[in-house]
Amino acid sequence: MLTMIPQLIIGATDLAAAFLFMYGLKRMSSPVTAPSGIFVAGLGMLVAVLASFLYIFGVDAAAKPHLPVNIGLAVVALAIGGGAAWWSGKKVAMTSMPQMVALYNGMGGGAAGAIAAVELFGNKAQGTTQLVVTLIGALIGAVSLSGSLIAWAKLDGVINKPLRVKGQQAFNGFVMLATLAVGSYLAFAAESGANPMIGMTGLICLFFGCALIFGVLMTLPIGGADMPVVISIYNAFTGLAVGLEGFVLQNPALMIAGMVVGAAGMLLTLLMAKAMNRSVSNVLFTNFGAVAKHKQGAIKGSLKPVDAGDAGIFMRYAAKVIIVPGYGLAVAQGQQKLYEFVKLLQAARVSVKFAVHPVAGRMPGQMDVLLAEAGVPYDLIFQLEDINDDFATADVALVIGANDVVNPAARTDKSSPIFGMPILNADQAKKVYVVKRGEGKGYAGIVNALFYGDNCDMVYGDAQAVLVKMIEAVRGLGLSAAA
Amino acid sequence: MGITGFVALYIFMLAAFTGWVIIGRVPAILHTPLMSGSNFVHGIVVVGGLFALLNASTATEQAIGFLAVLLGAGNAAGGYAVTDRMLAMFQTSGAKPKHAKSGHAKARRPKKV
Repeated sequence: MLTMIPQLIIGATDLAAAFLFMYGLKRMSSPVTAPSGIFVAGLGMLVAVLASFLYIFGVDAAAKPHLPVNIGLAVVALAIGGGAAWWSGKKVAMTSMPQMVALYNGMGGGAAGAIAAVELFGNKAQGTTQLVVTLIGALIGAVSLSGSLIAWAKLDGVINKPLRVKGQQAFNGFVMLATLAVGSYLAFAAESGANPMIGMTGLICLFFGCALIFGVLMTLPIGGADMPVVISIYNAFTGLAVGLEGFVLQNPALMIAGMVVGAAGMLLTLLMAKAMNRSVSNVLFTNFGAVAKHKQGAIKGSLKPVDAGDAGIFMRYAAKVIIVPGYGLAVAQGQQKLYEFVKLLQAARVSVKFAVHPVAGRMPGQMDVLLAEAGVPYDLIFQLEDINDDFATADVALVIGANDVVNPAARTDKSSPIFGMPILNADQAKKVYVVKRGEGKGYAGIVNALFYGDNCDMVYGDAQAVLVKMIEAVRGLGLSAAA
Repeated sequence: MGITGFVALYIFMLAAFTGWVIIGRVPAILHTPLMSGSNFVHGIVVVGGLFALLNASTATEQAIGFLAVLLGAGNAAGGYAVTDRMLAMFQTSGAKPKHAKSGHAKARRPKKV
């Protein structure tokens, strides 16, 4: 057991860390205090990690001879893992943030799973409760690891298409049940001392294998548009797994931090699912978009392409413009050019507002972050419920790289898979410009009636290139010609 | 120590409420940084990994413990780096008073802790 003094220091630092995490998260709930919030939480992490080296004073007798090697391994692992992740986190483009969060989250899930594996291989669990909790934590952590990696691959474009086959859900259910069965048998074997056919080691490996495969299978059929919800769920999963392993290790800091994140992540998931007017289980288990194509009513009208410069000049002489940014803006890295264009419009006394849909982009609030990066002030950015009535009085709605979140079918077409989802009423503006790379469909895979409306023109091209053309056209008029 | 049964459940329950309440008051604009921030917080798992690795007595345990620390450290460091970058951007544009229309409101930086 630990000797008295190190034990007290570890206890005190863990307590401090738990406090700093919660205080930090609290500070992150307001834009003004948010940057200091992460600093506070980081401080908590630093002291907790440093103090955990005091565990060397209390290692088991069996581990004593290995201690120098173990300390060396710990330092190397901290340096490599921490260094590589720090470097990649600092270097990655802002638009790639969602997949990086998915990746780091998967690492956390993997770490929780690995801790469980050490406990299981070492047969360290004391009593049935600890054993069962270890197994549950291992299952959740492993699912979070492989699921997050698939989410990362999807967001990064490594995997392009949702993979859907017939009978997939039944098969996934079967894998889930198999995982649970292996886990139960594992618990039984460990408790009763029975010797399973493939040996304890084999059984543990089988258990982790099943859990990892289930995570992959569960995530593969989910479409890109639903990834925000999925990342949020896995974030909550990892938190839960960490909390459970914290119980196994009898570490209250892990229990508290893990459970705080688990609950927070669950609430965030529910909020996001609500914004899409779908239940969480609907996101996870419905092959979204697969049913859509045949049932759709015929859409009248045609797509009308216009020149980017003409669209820019039209907006220059409008009185009120509302901009709807979407994932396409993030892909094209067009946020800086967009704000440059907006500043030109503002100089010409055009009232400009941004309308952000709760699930625009690939993470909740991703558009807010992008616009903030470009320097757009907060007071120009409005959330769905605050701005939706404004579209009716707007001269122009400029939709950049957004699709499903402005599809009027969500209001009118009962057969549409997105029916009932709250959308931005861009179609009610007097004039709608849609900036799009091509005639493709959104992630929901359905045709957007907005694009065929009489008041809508299409501006084809990469969002950034289009915005450059608009800026040039408006500059060409000269700012002195303000109406 | 000895956190067992109901004591553990009390800890879990209170922590869950705390998480729920903290997120419930967050404006949508901060959802991404907050998801990233909570992602960083569960990086505390690295402490559990360190405990497991330092107490490892076989090669298997050492290998898996090494993996646990490696992944946990990645979770913590990466989560911090990304969140810090996101929030730094809010810092510059965020200090404006609400009623400032456009243009001449000076960017007042909030004090660092």
